[in-house]
Amino acid sequence: MNIFLILLTSGIAVGGIYALIALGFVLIYKATSIINFATGEFMMIGAYIFYTFTVMLGWPAIPAFIMVMAGAALLGMLVEFSILRHMLGQPTISIVMVTIGLSSILTGFAEIIWSSDFKSFPPLFPRSPIILGDVIIRSNLFWGFVVAMVTVALFAVFFKYSKIGIAMRATAGDQMASYSMGINVRTMFTTAWALGAIAASLGGLIIGNIGGVQPNLGSIGLKIFPVVILGGLDSIGGAVLGGFIVGILENIAGGYLDPYFNGGVKDVVPFIILVVILMVKPYGLFGRREIERL
Amino acid sequence: MRIGDFKETYAADEAVFRSTTSRFWLGVLFVLLLIFPFIASDYLLYMANLTGIAIVAAIGLNILTGAAGQISLGHAGFVGIGAYTSAVLTNHLGLPFLICLPLAGLMSAFFGILVGAPSMRMKGLYLCITTLAAQVIFEFIFVHWESVTGGIRGLNVPPPSIFGLKIDGEFGFYWLVLPVIILTATAARNLFRTRVGRAFIAIRDRDISAELMGINLFRYKLYAFASSSFIAGMAGCLWVSHLKTITPEHFPLHESIRYLAMIIVGGLGNILGSIFGAIFMTLIPEVLQTALKFFEQFKPEAMAYLYPLQTVVFGLLIVVFLVFEPHGLAEIWCRIKNYFRLWPFKH
Repeated sequence: MNIFLILLTSGIAVGGIYALIALGFVLIYKATSIINFATGEFMMIGAYIFYTFTVMLGWPAIPAFIMVMAGAALLGMLVEFSILRHMLGQPTISIVMVTIGLSSILTGFAEIIWSSDFKSFPPLFPRSPIILGDVIIRSNLFWGFVVAMVTVALFAVFFKYSKIGIAMRATAGDQMASYSMGINVRTMFTTAWALGAIAASLGGLIIGNIGGVQPNLGSIGLKIFPVVILGGLDSIGGAVLGGFIVGILENIAGGYLDPYFNGGVKDVVPFIILVVILMVKPYGLFGRREIERL
Repeated sequence: MRIGDFKETYAADEAVFRSTTSRFWLGVLFVLLLIFPFIASDYLLYMANLTGIAIVAAIGLNILTGAAGQISLGHAGFVGIGAYTSAVLTNHLGLPFLICLPLAGLMSAFFGILVGAPSMRMKGLYLCITTLAAQVIFEFIFVHWESVTGGIRGLNVPPPSIFGLKIDGEFGFYWLVLPVIILTATAARNLFRTRVGRAFIAIRDRDISAELMGINLFRYKLYAFASSSFIAGMAGCLWVSHLKTITPEHFPLHESIRYLAMIIVGGLGNILGSIFGAIFMTLIPEVLQTALKFFEQFKPEAMAYLYPLQTVVFGLLIVVFLVFEPHGLAEIWCRIKNYFRLWPFKH
């Protein structure tokens, strides 16, 4: 069997999941210019909510899935309302550090509530691996990819056609103009946080379904930075493409180079790609070059 | 009390410590620092040494992030480079501490310039993420370049020696840390008063205006990266001489975040702030742990819930300081000082 094809397909699958999480990140950045270092922790909380409803309370998967979205939206709105609203107009470092502090708080609470033990979900999808021609994929990864892609597509449709989606795009484009068109910019900020949290938590749910849940699940969130920077911080299409690029490259590099380095290549390759890309294109592949007026 | 404090020369106005009062209290502090190791227990000395290393590292970060405004998520990586350099130099070449210290700094500074180089074309968040990438790549190198760094098992280092004198134990090490702190704090404080330091501050406040005033942004950003990581490298050298062992786990991303938390809690761009912040962020976990140990006697089963509380408190400190006291402990200290300036008179 062709090892390259296997690495490529699992890379595409992982990349799709990255794309979903990156979408959650870019949504928040585009609307509010806040770089959310707690994206990974939103993922973790989402996975834990799912765990609570399916394992601890014994709910079926679909209602638990809806509860994850509701819980994540609530968390996102709460964070925006209680902390980040007060940080408007502060220097970048304050905003970066506030979200880092937030991630620490969320990790701590998760450990208090759910303990630091390893948890796993009940099986959601049929166990048998998926066979596509020559390639065999683990079923969890395959279905995770499908769910991620469906969610990304739903988000895309939402932004293209729904009233709130259009209002959010308008806010991201020009706050002043959207104010004067009667858009409530503040509500849009809150909505952006809620939607961003939903996207991230669904990503966390998928990753938790593949590899189990732990309070440090959020550290995967760090890989989102190469993804979003690659695509350009404010480009949703770029985030999706960046997800695929990073997923594929890290899988292929990991597969071929791990034997020479005793493992761990997968975790560093995205960052090496990031540095190389930024050297060539300082604003990512699709990022808008900021034009500063004085 | 400070009354009748008039300046008659420019030199008096530009002095770092402007009044007799502040010079007096500085003297008192210095004497206390000299007496401290003779009366303190070994545990207290150990804490003092840890704090000292943190102070040096925090001063370094404050030059780059506080003064020049470039957020660095890779500071622990630079400390690590200094530590590994110093460990390798002592182990393979048997160099004494006083030579290792600047060499560790120089090695870190070299990598600092390398990481700072992309600042030619980007800034702000993009640069911040580059430093994050640097941190991850450094960690990877620490773990995987086994022939030099010893991999996950790390390296063991003999105790440092000065002029043939072996420095072993907390008491001896205290006398290594204290001069380095005083040196770096003085150097950094004076740096902010020079052309270079002023340029850093101008870049932080508005980079475009700074450029219009004739400041070469790229060059000065590189200076900032170099000087900051030089100090970080020295902190790393101190670190390895203190613990006498070094593994990649000592320099994770979380450590970088801890340094950032120190300068945020202490006060950005303020040397006194870095000192306060480093003391605060090193002592708070210890105090919390002692308190938790105390509770453990009564309710041992609640510990599983209380230990993660440290993570929560760490995050809360950052958030609360940023929202309510963005200028940090240094600002609080200033307010207290101002209150006592005319005490007991109101005006």
